[in-house]
Amino acid sequence: MSKTVSTREFRKVDVDQYNEDNFQEDTDGNETQLQGPNETEVNNLIGSKNNVQALKAVVQNPVVGSRNTDTKLKAFRLVMRVLSVFKSSEIEAAVATLSASEVDLLMKYVYRGFSEQTTTTDNICPILLSWHEKLFAVGGLGSIVRVLTNRQTV
Amino acid sequence: MEEIHRFGYEPITCHAWNGDRSQLALSLNNNETIIYNKQGRGWERSQTLGEHSDRVTGIDWAPRTNRIVTCGADRNAYVWTQSTSDGRWRPALVLLRINRAATTVRWSPAENKFAIGSGARCVCICYYEPDNDWWVAKHIKKPIKSTVTSIDWHPNNTLIATGSSDFCIRIFSAFVKDIESKPDPTVWGAKMPFAQLMYEECERGSGWIHAVAFSPSGDRVAWSCHGSLIAVADRGGSHVYRITTQCLPFLSLLWATESALLAAGHDCKPILYQLSQSLIYKGSLDDTVNGDVSDESTTSAMKMFRQLDRRGSVNVSVLNASVSTHHQNSINQLAPFHRDGSNVSRVATAGSDGLIIIWNLNCLPNMMRNMEIH
Repeated sequence: MSKTVSTREFRKVDVDQYNEDNFQEDTDGNETQLQGPNETEVNNLIGSKNNVQALKAVVQNPVVGSRNTDTKLKAFRLVMRVLSVFKSSEIEAAVATLSASEVDLLMKYVYRGFSEQTTTTDNICPILLSWHEKLFAVGGLGSIVRVLTNRQTV
Repeated sequence: MEEIHRFGYEPITCHAWNGDRSQLALSLNNNETIIYNKQGRGWERSQTLGEHSDRVTGIDWAPRTNRIVTCGADRNAYVWTQSTSDGRWRPALVLLRINRAATTVRWSPAENKFAIGSGARCVCICYYEPDNDWWVAKHIKKPIKSTVTSIDWHPNNTLIATGSSDFCIRIFSAFVKDIESKPDPTVWGAKMPFAQLMYEECERGSGWIHAVAFSPSGDRVAWSCHGSLIAVADRGGSHVYRITTQCLPFLSLLWATESALLAAGHDCKPILYQLSQSLIYKGSLDDTVNGDVSDESTTSAMKMFRQLDRRGSVNVSVLNASVSTHHQNSINQLAPFHRDGSNVSRVATAGSDGLIIIWNLNCLPNMMRNMEIH
């Protein structure tokens, strides 16, 4: 009979990581470069009612695919703030100024916004739905598929 | 005009045409392969090839040697030859030595070997060994890290492009020195020992690869990712053109000419892209707009409110349960039907709706009439 040991550490070992058949994803070493949008600049632009400029600023230096959840959370909150200052009539014009990759990026944030409904974000869903509609008109089904398949999440 | 052929209502998972397009082999999402013979304008069921014990995942028909190879999820592949006495197809088991399902199979251009992709993270290159009268397989394993989803041969009969669910496309050499002589150098490299990796490109953020295709000359390779992206590598990989599309992902790619790429997939219609300075969307081959089905000018008020209750919309076309394209479900495979030289002039598409539709590229819809396919 095997000897019972009093330690239980062996139960905490993650056996799956040692399985050879597992797909090992290549980790990128360039995480330090992803800083996210410039917070002060964006806040200034929102304060001075330059909504479209704020939108452009907030999609610069996207923190995509980074492991750093704090940076991503900060960037996410900033994007939500920028999206919520827009009036529904202004959204279409703002979307027209974006490039295709920026449209994809915003779509990712919109879906993240849908999934995170906390008490701090005061009912942002209607605004997100308007943004979703306008972004979909430009990006098409492809932009939504990219939100779902891209492993580098926002 | 398009020719529409129906083979039941089950999805056609894979199909292959014989050399003169008088016969068709297809599988309807089960473990059988059915051979159809053309009878006038319709099709007559000829033989059912039932050797597989699990779903048939790939069929290919070698046009000149008239052999069919099928591969299945039961980790086996069979090469079928038609006996001259009674015309029945007889199987020969291929020893693949894989421990996961086979996903795709393609005969090489010279039809002396074929390549099989599998979930065992390897590609099997199989050729016939006459001494023992069997088909043997050689494996290409490194550096593939996940299931191989699609394979295409280069016209020089030696290089293969593989697309895999580890998000990478790779070009390997499948040179088997027992059965062929050394190939000439290509844009992808000069030295081509077996399993040499000639080119690799990873689409880190774009989803797994659905399809790969070499252009007719072999100098370009195109691939399609699940992230609604298609890309073309040109000049030995020194230049990669990418386009993120607005469409749903494409499951199959086919080069019509050296610069015209056909893509078809979950959007249920074949779409044409042209490669010049970049990849440009040219439009769909499917020109039908049958959204407005019936002219309901006699809609009474009661009918309108009843529709509103039932469907949430007054629009009559919402009642129509069909899609406004010829195919009613995703297109699984694009196959060349007729060639003019090295250009494809007619294309066959097989879909998950049980239809095979043959499109004529020479009478394209109006929007593309001004485009020259050169």
